[in-house]
Amino acid sequence: MKIHEYQAKELFEKYTIPIPDGGIAFNSVEAQKIAGDIGDFPILIKSQIHAGGRGKGGGIKLANSFDEVASITESIIGSPLITHQTGPEGKIVKKVLVEKALKIEKELYLSIIPDRTTEKIAIIASEAGGMDIEELASITPEKIIKVYINPLLGIQPYHCRQAAFGLQLSPNLAKKFITILINLYRLFMDYDCALAEINPLAITADENIVALDAKINLDDNALFRHKDILKYRDLDEEDPIEIEASKFNLNYIKLGGNVGNMVNGAGLAMATMDLIKLYGAEPANFLDVGGAANAEMVENGFRIILEDNKVKAILINIFGGILRCDMLAKGVVQAASKAGTKIPVVVRMEGTNVEEGRRILSESGLNFIVANDLKEAAQKVVQIINIHEHIC
Amino acid sequence: MSIFVDNNTRLLVQGITGKEGRFHTQKCIEYGTNVVAGVTPGKGGQKMGDVPVFNTVKEAMKNTGANCSMIFVPPAFAADAILEAVESGIDLIVAITEGIPVMDMIKIKNYIKNTKSRLIGPNCPGIITPGQCKVGIMPGHIHKTGGPIGVVSRSGTLTYEVVNQLSLHGLGQTTCIGIGGDPINGTSFIDCLEAFEKDSDTEGIVMVGEIGGSAEEEAAEFIKKHVTKKVVGFIAGLTAPPGRRMGHAGAIISGSSGTARAKITAMKKSGIYVCEDLGSFGEMCADLL
Repeated sequence: MKIHEYQAKELFEKYTIPIPDGGIAFNSVEAQKIAGDIGDFPILIKSQIHAGGRGKGGGIKLANSFDEVASITESIIGSPLITHQTGPEGKIVKKVLVEKALKIEKELYLSIIPDRTTEKIAIIASEAGGMDIEELASITPEKIIKVYINPLLGIQPYHCRQAAFGLQLSPNLAKKFITILINLYRLFMDYDCALAEINPLAITADENIVALDAKINLDDNALFRHKDILKYRDLDEEDPIEIEASKFNLNYIKLGGNVGNMVNGAGLAMATMDLIKLYGAEPANFLDVGGAANAEMVENGFRIILEDNKVKAILINIFGGILRCDMLAKGVVQAASKAGTKIPVVVRMEGTNVEEGRRILSESGLNFIVANDLKEAAQKVVQIINIHEHIC
Repeated sequence: MSIFVDNNTRLLVQGITGKEGRFHTQKCIEYGTNVVAGVTPGKGGQKMGDVPVFNTVKEAMKNTGANCSMIFVPPAFAADAILEAVESGIDLIVAITEGIPVMDMIKIKNYIKNTKSRLIGPNCPGIITPGQCKVGIMPGHIHKTGGPIGVVSRSGTLTYEVVNQLSLHGLGQTTCIGIGGDPINGTSFIDCLEAFEKDSDTEGIVMVGEIGGSAEEEAAEFIKKHVTKKVVGFIAGLTAPPGRRMGHAGAIISGSSGTARAKITAMKKSGIYVCEDLGSFGEMCADLL
């Protein structure tokens, strides 16, 4: 789960990680009030959306007066912000973080992640902060410090020294940095973070270290033990169809092509998408109905695929194994007739009673095309698309 | 021959009395697996069919000589179940459970290194040595006994697809292992490749990967240096968009790393035959292996 910068900063406050004075505003009146509380200009107005690249996309602006606070807030809220992560349609901004702009000496980078390769907790730091970590890695890889922590041991003083000295900090700043690092590690572990990133972590003109930005992603699998954080979920940031799908334990991701597909199991679902593309069409979505697909899931899957009106054909690929294909076929027939769709559906299924299942599909009177294996399924669905495009 | 499980495997099932646990235990027994015990805290003394149920793993091992555990415990309690099995000194643990927090797995991984136990999974279909022993949820009948192919995969149903094609083309399997779709897993591609390389009955290896992480790249590097047997690979997710988690917790392209194309390139460079048309996977293996 992703959360907003202002929410991450609430967590920072709880863990005594220094942040600039400020607050969240949903309109210009609230923004001006926060500016009044800060009592000093310039003030930063920061769009709160989940995507990165807000600065470059024009979503972070400097205000030098109350009037500017109001006018900038009004221009940002309600308008789409387009960044390299939002897609071309952008993301509508609904709230802004109003913050005191500080005088900065230097910008550092600091993050903590679970590292897949070493199977440790990795601290990543650099004295060249401000740009994103991918850029950092390509421009100044020699300045990236990585410190690995065995979570059974926890963060030790020598881990902190490795990071602080690696950043070339003065003793005074090193002390402040280490306190922040330890607190960030505590936050990371306490909340099962998938990422805790401060970029930039600023050294201010008055020799303090302050988290100017805050990014926290949480491990979805661990949310069951962090009920207090669920209030941070922002449904406005998620795709409505994907939310709908998740209610039924379906994993749906929209892709933009015209061949809808429904598959049991994530790996096979990706492989099916790849196959559709390889045979010359474009997958409309990723839809995993789970390893043990059942008729109800297929029915919900159908409904969700059909909400995308670009879909011109559907490929169902269920490798059931121990699943009974006759039961599944009945479910598919029921789902298709309920949905009342005329869109052709290519069905490939594997499992017990597969012959009976295929018979049920072909005798249903609905627009089913039965395929005996994966190759045939991909060929048939692409054929349908090609004929469709020829006619249209 | 085979790797990790065979006729000598004596299986216990943690979470045997749950719906999933009960169903799949039955399927394993039908396949011929020697299921000797079940563990459900509070249900010790009961029986699941002919299988005695115990309160703790230690008790179950002492009474039945179990040497392998299959875990169906829900995600919130799975880490505890895995650690209990490790502490009891069991040889092999196969964790089917999907949805275990990453932090739990990192802790387990750092702990298990210094013990004798091997963990397969989590979030995996399990492991099967056709004709001898099935520890997992895969459909037994699609497998073909007698080798000579070893299969290792990060996926579930995609593995079934691949195995089914192998069997239809007359290629049997020595052992098929699903190592799981999570970012941290107990047994890696490399562990399995090493074991298949040593297994005299395995003549060729099939390796099925997907987007996310760098396990396939590391495996490719290992194959170049240490594997003399032919390897055919497949990578799922060429059409997956970056930054999105594709069903499996571990299947995500982060920035520019973890892409299918990068994995395929690394594998080809290491001399692995990479199949890009899943529809013809069996055919390609029949030609090559």
